[in-house]
Amino acid sequence: MTTNSGATDTATDERRTDHEIEVIRDRMHTVEIVSDSGEGAQKCGQIFGAVSAKMGNGVWTVEIIPAEIQPPARSPAGASGNRIRIGTDEVTNWGDRTNVCVAFNEQVLVARHRLDAIDSGALLLVENMWKDHRDEDIRAEWTAAMDELQGHGYRIIEVPMEERCLTVVDDARKGKNMFALGMLAWIFDRDLDLTRDQIAHAFRKKSEEVYEKNVTLLELGYEWASENLDVRIDVPPGLEGEDMVVMNGNQAVAFGAVAAGMELAAMYPITPATSVSHQLGEIFHKFGGIVHQAEDEIAAAGVAIGASYSGKVAFTITSGPGLALKTEFLGLAIMSEIPLVVIDVQRGGPSTGLPTKVEQSDLLATMFGQPGDAPHVVMAAATIEECFHSMITARRIAETFRTVVIVLTDANLATGVQPFRRPMLDPVWMGSRPDMSPVPEGKPPYDWDEETGLSQRFIPGQPGGMHTLTGLAHDEKSRVAYASDINQKSSAMRSRKLAVLHSTLQPPKVNGADSGDLLVVGWGSTKGAIEEAVEAAREQGLSVSSLHLRFLSPLEPGLREIFQRFRKVMTVEINYSDEPNDPFITEENRRRGQLAWLLRANTLVDVDCWTRVLGEPLRPGVILDVIRSNLPKGGAA
Amino acid sequence: MSGHSCSLLFPVEDDREYSMSDYQGAQARWCPGCGDHSVLTATQRLLASEQLKPEETVFVSGIGCSSRFPHYVSSYGFHGIHGRALPVATGIKLHRPDLHVFVVMGDGDCTSIGAAHWLHATRYNVDMVALMLDNNIYGLTKMQTSPTTPEGYRSNTQPMGSFLPALNPIEATLGVTNASFVAQTAEWMPAHLYATLEAAYKHNGFSFVRILQRCPVFTGDIYQDAVRNPDMIEMLEHPDGVEVPDLHQIYQNISRHDPRNMDAARELAEKMDRIRVGVFFRDESRPRYEETRHLPLHTTDEKIGILNEELDKYAV
Ligand SMILES: Cc1ncc(C[n+]2csc(CCOP(=O)(O)OP(=O)(O)O)c2C)c(N)n1
Ligand code: SF4
Ligand SMILES: [Mg+2]
Repeated sequence: MTTNSGATDTATDERRTDHEIEVIRDRMHTVEIVSDSGEGAQKCGQIFGAVSAKMGNGVWTVEIIPAEIQPPARSPAGASGNRIRIGTDEVTNWGDRTNVCVAFNEQVLVARHRLDAIDSGALLLVENMWKDHRDEDIRAEWTAAMDELQGHGYRIIEVPMEERCLTVVDDARKGKNMFALGMLAWIFDRDLDLTRDQIAHAFRKKSEEVYEKNVTLLELGYEWASENLDVRIDVPPGLEGEDMVVMNGNQAVAFGAVAAGMELAAMYPITPATSVSHQLGEIFHKFGGIVHQAEDEIAAAGVAIGASYSGKVAFTITSGPGLALKTEFLGLAIMSEIPLVVIDVQRGGPSTGLPTKVEQSDLLATMFGQPGDAPHVVMAAATIEECFHSMITARRIAETFRTVVIVLTDANLATGVQPFRRPMLDPVWMGSRPDMSPVPEGKPPYDWDEETGLSQRFIPGQPGGMHTLTGLAHDEKSRVAYASDINQKSSAMRSRKLAVLHSTLQPPKVNGADSGDLLVVGWGSTKGAIEEAVEAAREQGLSVSSLHLRFLSPLEPGLREIFQRFRKVMTVEINYSDEPNDPFITEENRRRGQLAWLLRANTLVDVDCWTRVLGEPLRPGVILDVIRSNLPKGGAA
Repeated sequence: MSGHSCSLLFPVEDDREYSMSDYQGAQARWCPGCGDHSVLTATQRLLASEQLKPEETVFVSGIGCSSRFPHYVSSYGFHGIHGRALPVATGIKLHRPDLHVFVVMGDGDCTSIGAAHWLHATRYNVDMVALMLDNNIYGLTKMQTSPTTPEGYRSNTQPMGSFLPALNPIEATLGVTNASFVAQTAEWMPAHLYATLEAAYKHNGFSFVRILQRCPVFTGDIYQDAVRNPDMIEMLEHPDGVEVPDLHQIYQNISRHDPRNMDAARELAEKMDRIRVGVFFRDESRPRYEETRHLPLHTTDEKIGILNEELDKYAV
């Protein structure tokens, strides 16, 4: 029914002689597709993001997750879908507000408006079947919503999605998402062949008929847009030439684990960590790897520890509540020096908290969660690419230092989709099989090097290495030992390893000038938003820099020295802190951001903080405001 | 249970003979008269008789008096945390099916804090021997009620006597889908204990053995009558389970029980009139988790090749 296959600019535009088309050129543009859950908006968003990445745009995709599990239809709480931010260059975060929003009903659109998610001047494409609906209440809701949306500079376009879709499918609920994709494809001039390929990939488990139907709907939406819209958006691709892969952070963790040579993952399902195991479940067996779904998180930790103890480093994946359950086992691994990698995909807490939403509130729990003195390594991935590479680093550190390495990611990284440089796989990443050669006579299982605390571990099967590993205090021969000097020494040995790791780390690189008025310090997934804000601030002439930390335990070196070059240092984090002027809050009792807490303790610098727990990633525009209001008064340093 | 004799990781040709003393670890520190001593001896006898290489044998335990066991065996040992020996053993066996894995737990360890793992390990049916040393009490922490403490029996936490009927571990294990070997024996019957350990070791799958164990310090009276009066014992015998003809003189209640018969096994397990020892149930045809999950290993180069193919699917 349609001929616009290649979708090159000129071809399509020349066909449209009947109306003038305005082309908006922008280096960064944000799109949202929202619907009731189950209407497929997410699939539409994912395909749009993937196609844009393939065309050479920078892309960041995040899911818009309904506030309720089973919200009623057409309710603001049910808004579900995707935000896709595309750019000429790399896109590092979800941005502030959307410039285009496709909504399957006016209620979900209003929901986004109320969350301040829509930019003034945005192009809003809304399903119009509700306007003249036979249900009087619905018509009234429509009118009220349209009134609410008035006066914000939005460009609202009513689209007969249902009506058009019903010309090719019986149930439009199952097809609107592809119609919407077609409209977006026209607006952003997406390559239709690539789009069809992506549809084929997305529905690869479905029949050919499903694919055909979806492509027909795509073309229908494309055609409708070309005939009825008078604006197109051009975000020129700037990333061509680089070899990229596109995936979300959990997929990157899964691939990273394989690239790191790990062979066993043990887990118990928990949002937002679970999808790591979904990805692994599809590929791990091809590498001889096992994903073990244990009976609970405790058992998952135990299975991973048992596997690590007897061979290659294994890992376990979890989120807050599961991490709490693993605590005792982590203490055992630290005490008995069994290497282990733990991934904590953070969500909102405490307790069951906000299962699907981003937060950075596990930092101190991962550092200090084990009763007793339990030194171990904590790292945080800042980007989706780092989710991949952290696994390689974590595995290597765990092995070299015979310790537990916790890698923090979060719901923002877990569900954000971004293209990144394709890793050039290196055999070294995979590590070697454990050394199984006979143990020289008399060599003890904790042959601690006095200076470094390091020792070689013996693995079952290794002749001459027999010993009983224990979580009780033990001497170098792993004999239970309660003598005070032995406990003092073995504690020192376990702690020393972290100092040695610290000595191998480089001081972090300051983003921006090396000194100035304000230094913003962050960790984890906020990197993109913080750096975008800092860049904007610098463009406005403000003396601001930022620093992003990957190692939290041990902390990266040189921090005190860097901090002293700035008039003010503050962290920006997604966890809870009191505002200094809140009731009852004083300097002494103020709860601070978790990184701020650590930095103050470790550097004795008066590090301030600004944190929020809004259940959404930080917005660069908001951080910019924070920067402006936190600049120390009284001129440049 | 029997580990695969050839290991992928270390082809060692070793003709040496192991005697019982080769499995002697640290000096056992259990109380004099503690039933754990006799389990240790029987186990070491089994190791010698099966000539298991100490370096290819792993004893995994939790926390408790009984969980000190690995320290007293000269093999690889893993003395972990309370209640969690089974997940660790599962991890070892999943990653290294070539190893011989023995698990030693107390009654609190296995049936209370570790109960979830007990149930699931039974269902996973991973090839290992799991010994539950049941003294009906928490020994290490000094006499608190355990799930297997007899109703009315006084302890430090329930000084008026245990409030509920004791949990029956054999009945419970038999109730788990995919259970493949369920046996009971008593440490004061060394010949029976040995025969049961041997059968458990030879069984391919998860061999659960409840060993009635005297704790002279806290529950000295519980098994006293049974020790003195062989009439209180009934031996379940079958060529496919255990048969200990040497004991027929002393223990005259002998019944033939085919361990393939689950209904009969459950019926016997429920009966409280006598203490029944022997193999209640055994079925080697049950799927073993580590076998269903077993995959060939790949070289690093092969893995990189496959990984690149997978990454191609995500290429931009
Ligand atoms: C998480 C945890 N809770 C409690 C304890 C204390 N604890 C150590 S052993 C034990 C019970 C021991 O009883 P049992 O398992 O029957 O072994 P037994 O000493 O009788 O052989 C308890 C409660 C512990 N070590 N860890
Ligand atoms: S307290 Fe009881 S179980 Fe523990 S060692 Fe002594 S006799 Fe054995
Ligand atoms: Mg006990």
